[in-house]
Amino acid sequence: MRPLRPYAEPHATGVCLGLVLLACFVLTGQGLGASGAFASVASGVVGAVSPETAAHSAYFRSYLQDGSPWTAWLVVEIIGVLVGAAASAALAGRMRPTFVRAVRPSGGRLFAGVAGGILMGVGAALARGCTSGLALSGGALLSVGAWIFMVALFLAGFLAAPLVRRLWP
Amino acid sequence: MNDLLIAGGIGVAFGWALECAGLGDPPKLAGQFYLRDFTVLKVMLSAMLTAMLGVFWGGRLDMLDPGALYVPETYLLPQLVGGLVFGLGFVLSGLCPGTSCVALASGRIEGAATMLGLFAGVLLVGLAFPAIEPFYRSTPHGPLTIQRLADLPYGVVVALVTVVAVSMLAWIAKREAAR
Repeated sequence: MRPLRPYAEPHATGVCLGLVLLACFVLTGQGLGASGAFASVASGVVGAVSPETAAHSAYFRSYLQDGSPWTAWLVVEIIGVLVGAAASAALAGRMRPTFVRAVRPSGGRLFAGVAGGILMGVGAALARGCTSGLALSGGALLSVGAWIFMVALFLAGFLAAPLVRRLWP
Repeated sequence: MNDLLIAGGIGVAFGWALECAGLGDPPKLAGQFYLRDFTVLKVMLSAMLTAMLGVFWGGRLDMLDPGALYVPETYLLPQLVGGLVFGLGFVLSGLCPGTSCVALASGRIEGAATMLGLFAGVLLVGLAFPAIEPFYRSTPHGPLTIQRLADLPYGVVVALVTVVAVSMLAWIAKREAAR
């Protein structure tokens, strides 16, 4: 097995990411995002399966009111993220297909992944954004809510970490 | 159409940068919470500083209008509670919403597990929304910024945040050099 190429220098990569965010501000007037894409797709599914349920919830309605939820700005951006990350990993020889090159994650790890996803979905929906949309983009614009979210996120993470130490030996 | 081309292009660059930094790797992200691996903080602080200084100096040099940018609105309690719940989920899955996509794109099944959970999470909030809507809309403060809250000039807050963030990065570098 060929050794995987190391990751790039974090500060320099952070500056590149900041320039991408800056370009996004200049081109669109707002920042990056991720959780909104999940909310958009979820609203699209509910709207297609049960329009009454979607109409009953102002949350789903907010994602269905301006055009198709399937081609919302954030959904297209996230498709771009998938393409960009796959291209970068492939070109750098860092593709790690589970069951092939990488160690198969334990059932417990996968369960924690789903559970963590549910918690982050709920948290991001309540906060109106996630690490990229609220903490990073809002933090750069000095939004008070974004900084409260960011501090709360790291506080909870550091406090909970000793309790789930077994997941990350 | 033009908008969606920009969305796709920005997304590709965003995913590319996250993958290069190694942020599609759950043990690496979780390592931040055990003070073993500071990549998450290094990338986030550097990116935030770059964008914040870019917006500020872009405004000063009349290259852009910071006042025209969308500032995420502040809802004190929902964002505090949301952040705490989110942080718990972050350390459990070792990924966040954007990086779960990067994990899946680089072949890791954990990314798909977290994406499935995220989808279920927002679905739950949407379904339960009539019950939680009063809390969701509580403690609104509009597009409140630190400079407006503290009644300080924009440049002073930018300078203070820069000093704090650079000090944190320097502390991390010193800690790593000592090992």
